[in-house]
Amino acid sequence: MTEYSNIETTSGNRGLSFEEPLIFELDSQDSSAVDLDPPSHDMDRLGGLRRRLPVGLPGLSEPEVVRHYTRLSQKNYSIDSGFYPLGSCTMKHNPRLNEKMARLPGLGDIHPFQPESTVQGAYKLMDTLATWLKELTGLPAVALSPAAGAHGELCGIMAIRAAHQAAGNDDRKVVLVPESAHGTNPATAAICGYSVESIPGNGNGRVDVDALTTRLGPDVAAVMITNPNTCGLFENEAKAIADAVHAAGAYFYMDGANFNAIVGRVTLSELGVDAMHINLHKTFSTPHGGGGPGAGPTVLSEALAPFAPLPFLVHDANGLRMVEHSGDKDAPQSFGRMKGYHGQFGVFVRALAYMMSLGIDGLRQASGDAVLNANYLRVRLSEELTPSYDGICMHEALFDDRFLKDTGVSTLDFAKSMIDEGFHPPTMYFPLVVHGALLMEPTETESKATLDQYCETVLALARKAKSGGMAEEFASSPQLTPRRRLDETQAARKPILRWKPEPLKHAAE
Amino acid sequence: MTDTRYTKEHEWIRVDEEAATVGITDYAQSQLGDIVFVEVPDAGKAISKGGEAAVVESVKAASEVYAPVSGTVTEGNAGLGDAPDTVNSDPTGDGWFFKMTLSDTAELDSLMDQSAYDAYLKEIDA
Repeated sequence: MTEYSNIETTSGNRGLSFEEPLIFELDSQDSSAVDLDPPSHDMDRLGGLRRRLPVGLPGLSEPEVVRHYTRLSQKNYSIDSGFYPLGSCTMKHNPRLNEKMARLPGLGDIHPFQPESTVQGAYKLMDTLATWLKELTGLPAVALSPAAGAHGELCGIMAIRAAHQAAGNDDRKVVLVPESAHGTNPATAAICGYSVESIPGNGNGRVDVDALTTRLGPDVAAVMITNPNTCGLFENEAKAIADAVHAAGAYFYMDGANFNAIVGRVTLSELGVDAMHINLHKTFSTPHGGGGPGAGPTVLSEALAPFAPLPFLVHDANGLRMVEHSGDKDAPQSFGRMKGYHGQFGVFVRALAYMMSLGIDGLRQASGDAVLNANYLRVRLSEELTPSYDGICMHEALFDDRFLKDTGVSTLDFAKSMIDEGFHPPTMYFPLVVHGALLMEPTETESKATLDQYCETVLALARKAKSGGMAEEFASSPQLTPRRRLDETQAARKPILRWKPEPLKHAAE
Repeated sequence: MTDTRYTKEHEWIRVDEEAATVGITDYAQSQLGDIVFVEVPDAGKAISKGGEAAVVESVKAASEVYAPVSGTVTEGNAGLGDAPDTVNSDPTGDGWFFKMTLSDTAELDSLMDQSAYDAYLKEIDA
């Protein structure tokens, strides 16, 4: 194996894995994918403003363009090509039915500026989605417009800030965020002008409730808790925390990025949640990982509902109406608009298609299977790996690097060696509360056969690492990939962010 | 006289009369891995013991650097902007983060000396 991986080819291609340059580097100015008649100069009304230099677009034939993008797409790893166990990410299958629905002309070919009377069907879809989200959480209102998870957090904290301002609570300047929360939580609070204080964990991977309640006081505006948290654990004390937070006059924000573990099983209103975002692109199977678009609708409690952002739908005599302006009689206290148009409509269609095709029984089964799969990994991998916390986990299993102690193999080396075995590595070095973390979220998508194959591979790698003297081999992985270890340090310190052309020679007059 | 003290968060502070220099320990830089970005405080900034004073980002994670004691920043290490890797290569020398004056030298007593810090490292590595 080692000998083959060292073969250098003349072309740079390896087998049928192509060495693909940038499209600008493929430029050939005598190639073009279109055949247009030369423009008639009679039509030239540019006067002296006519371009003198080349436009700088690459010249390629159509087959060259098709090959370029097909080859790039083949370099991509996605949930469609294999198991994607990234933790804190919920990479689940995207049913093709969702795509078919999103392409229906009545949903795919509409424009946000169309008259309301012509888009009542689209409004009905948004209203139905809102109803599902409210039913699933038990909360009375939902803002559909946030564009993704962190935007949803921003929506929730802006609603909380608006509620405090309306009540004249200007002294509440602090947001408490536990160590086990998502990193975006403190960022959100800071963007809203709050100072952030961290609350420690309790040794079982959960919030230290005593430390939290001790810190509560008249200066605290809100507490943000990720539940299930980034250790893959349910915050069992969430209700007690919410009660203490409310008694102190603050609001309880729950980060719902990990909602996939509890859909159909936990009524959030009963936990005392005031605001929570829902990542449609994680929990409800819309494509995720290509950079979006996502959608982060945010459910709001009765106390926060009046401050919900614009726009939102109301029912009136002519059907559904979009409330777009702060002067509207239906929006006397809205904190305003946080996104253009009406939110990520294409994502709404996909999420609702998923919900309606699964039904409430199917959604309950999905969350149950997601938790079952994560626990299957946790138990099977515990044979060689070291789980960070005892007991049942939720949607993801967390391990640390104690099993690699004295092997000379780091978490990074271990993850890289999984690539040679044909598996996308799990999330590593996150969460920070455990040392050398490996965080795995299989989701309900995976079959037992896939999980078994993954477990056998990971266990074999762990045994290999422990067998001694393997540090160098692990450090040199991956060996079978188009590229070996990339220089992450140089990429961060001296990134090359754009291709630049050769300096242009002055074009002839 | 100079005296170097350590925090449990792996900052060091070297005190020379009323002025002091602060950085992160060799253990901290080795845990962080290759450092790609450092943000140091500006001169004149008041910092309080245990509060955030600087930010360090590596290929693995971004972390805060906390003020070991209270006081006022007199200089941030401007050289780290272009060469953050100095923190990896010379964490207790050229890789210092900032210099400060102390508002209460008694706060130093709560920090670890060299032998206590060495014992602490053994304990967390066990």
